[in-house]
Amino acid sequence: MSDMIVPSFGDDEGTGRKLAIICSKGSLDMAYPAFILGNAALGEGVAVDLFFTFWGFDIINEKTMDHLKFSPVGNPAAHMPAALSPLPGVTSFATHSLKKALADLDVPEVREFLDLLKDSGAKIWACQLSADMNHLSKKDLYEGVDAIINASDFIEMTDGAQLLFI
Amino acid sequence: MPTTVIEGHEVSVDDEGFLTEYDQWDPEIAGALATAIGVNLTEDHWKVINFLREDFKVNGATPTLRRVSTTGGVDTKSLFALFPKKPAKKMSYIAGLPKPAGCV
Repeated sequence: MSDMIVPSFGDDEGTGRKLAIICSKGSLDMAYPAFILGNAALGEGVAVDLFFTFWGFDIINEKTMDHLKFSPVGNPAAHMPAALSPLPGVTSFATHSLKKALADLDVPEVREFLDLLKDSGAKIWACQLSADMNHLSKKDLYEGVDAIINASDFIEMTDGAQLLFI
Repeated sequence: MPTTVIEGHEVSVDDEGFLTEYDQWDPEIAGALATAIGVNLTEDHWKVINFLREDFKVNGATPTLRRVSTTGGVDTKSLFALFPKKPAKKMSYIAGLPKPAGCV
């Protein structure tokens, strides 16, 4: 039918949009913004590269990735009296609460979310310097890591990408 | 709200062309919608479309890609292969449903 309204899904656009996300923090609440935005971008047909560096290395380190924590210390948005937040047990309680809130919304845990991103076409890169500092090699990292690369490699391969630093 | 004629049926659509009335959809219309966006419907596509229709009927919301994979049994990789580039929007369009509102 000639009068049919057809949505534009952007399939005809020649230039591929790219998003590069640098994950430099290793706490649970710093992993999720990268995951959720990356996942949304992939669902919109945007190519996504994630680069894990410094403390962000914990998100792809086999030893730590399933045990990321959320601490309310120094975070006024956690709505907790500043004097209480460093007390023993508070971090574990806050982590548990955050994990539960995410699970209630059917948001996957760290490892499963990385699997989801990989299945959706994301590339996952580990920072060379962070690997050297921690004496880690690819076999110590999450299996979906594409390669350990240096900062120059990452900058080169994300030419023209929009960039998020978290 | 505009209406349009698809396969001889007059249907209500939003500004982008997504059907707005659950009951105005039928499989013939799905075929026409799929063709319009360059998707060739196969049995695997129908598995997704039927799940979307059923799930929407029960929950009143279009399932997200994650829900289609965890509950509908079609994994994420396949969804990207079946409905290239923008799977969530394309599958909902063909199923005559609104785009999913959830983030994950």
